[in-house]
Amino acid sequence: MTGTDIAVRVRGVAKSFGGTRILDDITIDFKKGSVHALVGENGAGKSSVGKIVGGYYSADEGTVELFGQPVTRFSPRDALGRGIAMIHQELQLVPELTVLENVFLGLESSTGGFLRKGDLDRFHALEETCDFGLDPNRRIADMRIAERQKVEIMRAIARDAQVIIMDEPTSSLTEDEADRLHQLIARLKARDVTVIYVSHFLDHIIANCDRVTVMRDGKVIRTDEIAGETKQSLVDSMLGQASEIIWPALPAAPAQNMPPVVEMQNVSTATGLSDISLKVRPGEIVGLIGLVGAGRSEVGRALFGADPITEGSYAVNGQSQQNGRLSVRSAIAQGIALVPEDRRKQGLVLTQVTRPNISLASLGSIASFGFINKARERERTQRMIDHFGIVPGKVDGEVAFYSGGNQQKVLLSKWAVEKPRLLILDEPSRGVDIGARQRIHEFIVEMAAAGVAVLLISSELEEVINLSHRGYLMNDGRIFAEADCRTLTVEDALNRIFQEQGSAPRIKEVPQA
Amino acid sequence: MSTAQTNSRANRMSVGDFAREYGVLVIIAVLLIGLSLISDNFLTARNLLNILNQSAPLAIIACALTLVIIGGGFDLSTGAIFGVASVSAGWIAINVDPYMAIFAGPLIGLLLGAVNGIIITGFGVHSFLVTLATSLVYRGIAILVTDGSLIPVRIAEFSWLGRGRIGVVNIAVIVLLAFMVIFMILLNRTTFGRRVYAVGGNEEAAILSGIRTNLVKIMTFSLCGMAAGLAGVIAVSRISMAEPQAGTGMEFEAIAAVILGGTSIMGGAGAVWRSVAGVLLMALINNGFNILNVNPFFKDLTTGVIIVIAVALAASGSRRR
Repeated sequence: MTGTDIAVRVRGVAKSFGGTRILDDITIDFKKGSVHALVGENGAGKSSVGKIVGGYYSADEGTVELFGQPVTRFSPRDALGRGIAMIHQELQLVPELTVLENVFLGLESSTGGFLRKGDLDRFHALEETCDFGLDPNRRIADMRIAERQKVEIMRAIARDAQVIIMDEPTSSLTEDEADRLHQLIARLKARDVTVIYVSHFLDHIIANCDRVTVMRDGKVIRTDEIAGETKQSLVDSMLGQASEIIWPALPAAPAQNMPPVVEMQNVSTATGLSDISLKVRPGEIVGLIGLVGAGRSEVGRALFGADPITEGSYAVNGQSQQNGRLSVRSAIAQGIALVPEDRRKQGLVLTQVTRPNISLASLGSIASFGFINKARERERTQRMIDHFGIVPGKVDGEVAFYSGGNQQKVLLSKWAVEKPRLLILDEPSRGVDIGARQRIHEFIVEMAAAGVAVLLISSELEEVINLSHRGYLMNDGRIFAEADCRTLTVEDALNRIFQEQGSAPRIKEVPQA
Repeated sequence: MSTAQTNSRANRMSVGDFAREYGVLVIIAVLLIGLSLISDNFLTARNLLNILNQSAPLAIIACALTLVIIGGGFDLSTGAIFGVASVSAGWIAINVDPYMAIFAGPLIGLLLGAVNGIIITGFGVHSFLVTLATSLVYRGIAILVTDGSLIPVRIAEFSWLGRGRIGVVNIAVIVLLAFMVIFMILLNRTTFGRRVYAVGGNEEAAILSGIRTNLVKIMTFSLCGMAAGLAGVIAVSRISMAEPQAGTGMEFEAIAAVILGGTSIMGGAGAVWRSVAGVLLMALINNGFNILNVNPFFKDLTTGVIIVIAVALAASGSRRR
């Protein structure tokens, strides 16, 4: 194999942080024009490999070669100059600037420092390659995560990157958006661009990558062609032992005549919901099934009192709530809990340690006359740490430095420490490793078995369908159908959603991607 | 990756981390040792108590300002509230009742602080702008109260607060210590304290945890106003003179002390003891220059340089997050 077929060659790379070895003897060849997946549990080191190639970390040992040229000291800026772009899990855009300004940040058309017109034409040219349908004049701050990610990708392509590292690119995308991203990756590949694809989504990897490197505990387990791999074969290598992806068994659904914990009738909100009618009974897991932008999170927020209801009626435990008057505070007092979508921005207080984070929503129950009973608080925190297997297991651990899965477990603890009546979970397993994901799924079932009503929101249709008794299909701020999730399939659900959108043909394009 | 960071943090309490965490105490210790070696007059109970006594009004403000800053706010009106409370207390002491004056100062401060908080949360304007504006208004009120003149207050029933002692300890120092302990308890032991940290650390998460974040903010500004009022009363009682321009520039000294102590200007992290240590550090520098009889120009210069170093140290620590 000559050096020219290899875009990036990593040889014997090791990296340690403060005595902990996170990468050990990593040797991988990334072939030019191939889509190369890195898989492994969180902490296996796959993102770190991406960061070494992208110039964010420098290797302690070993060498990195780009197109046959060895690399020594190397910053993200140098990497970009040599055609390597990294798209991060935490996106790096300027929120106050527009899409256009972000895409061409540092590459603006200018004469002697003065901006010229012309970026818009360049943007449209770029849009032909990408086909994202983004409005160049929108402010990043007003955009959802999925759209921001597209901007990041355009930014890499605008820099004519030859190697693009994508760290969890589909974790905040819907199935449909992920398909479009994969079509784009196919087009990039046709232009001989190399894509390093770090992901937890094995289905996406099997369908879209050429080669795969499986990692475990900072080491490469194996690198192979994707042909012949199955989800099971990858999972086995990742975990080091044969195991199955199993969905926990759901408890029996409650009787139809059981009074619901929450019931909405013809509810509308200023956040774009219209005519929402739903109910969730004790011990029942109800899924909201729809694409990003369908209004799933907004339903959760309306139930939680975070967004006011403008029309319709809403009853909690049979008590009618006055429209526009329900506060988050009174929703919590009535036993409603919401685990929000973005755990770092909406869920956790990262300047604080585990204990106060877990206590934050239930301070009243561990305090008398406003004074916190610290012994009780510690005991209660320890109980949740043991229950979820949070690592590190310290009561006063620095949550800011925890892995995604453990941060999510802290957030779930916050709402489970006092048993709620209705638990709303918005993307509970986004960006967490397989082990944590399994634990979170078990937790959902545990809660239902204990009589808690659960409303589950997830972009991963397989997850929401397999973990729910009943589901509501959503599109464009409305619920257009109700389904029994025990008989519903992912294909069924997608077809019905696309039909509702009036864009049913789109799904037929998928196999061509 | 994340576990690696956690481990590296746990394994490595390096000199740099220690300096970041306890830097203010280290510098205080160095100054204490240095000054006692240089001067025999320094390490005497009298001098040390004197330093504490002198710093009491500023330290009281800094304690309460810590809550505002941890809550993600900023208060530029403490100097002006100090002024309003000074002249109001002076006027009431003479015209109404000296004991009532002692309570009136903090109460007026509390109200003015509450006004700050209500404007900030009601209109959603940044606290920096609101308190910058209200500080001008409050200073104007202070001048209106006295018509711009000074009010001499030589009443024993009033001046005990600033001048009296119990044994060798100044009453003002006792008030400061009590105030500090109360604020430490408030911040660390109560649900209110928790909420302050949460509001400053992540307001959205606090809202979604059912916390009335606006109420929490109004309370921090009210407490800060009350502290400025109390500080004003102590100062008037000490110098027996109420003047409308009293406390000018004090808001910046208080902010400097809080930052010097190591409380994060970004909100969400910090401690009351830190701010008191910040005040003491500034007072020690001051005292050292007096003892050594050096050109006072160097005093401000040194204080400024130390603040820059402290802030740079703190920033180098937070960059790793």
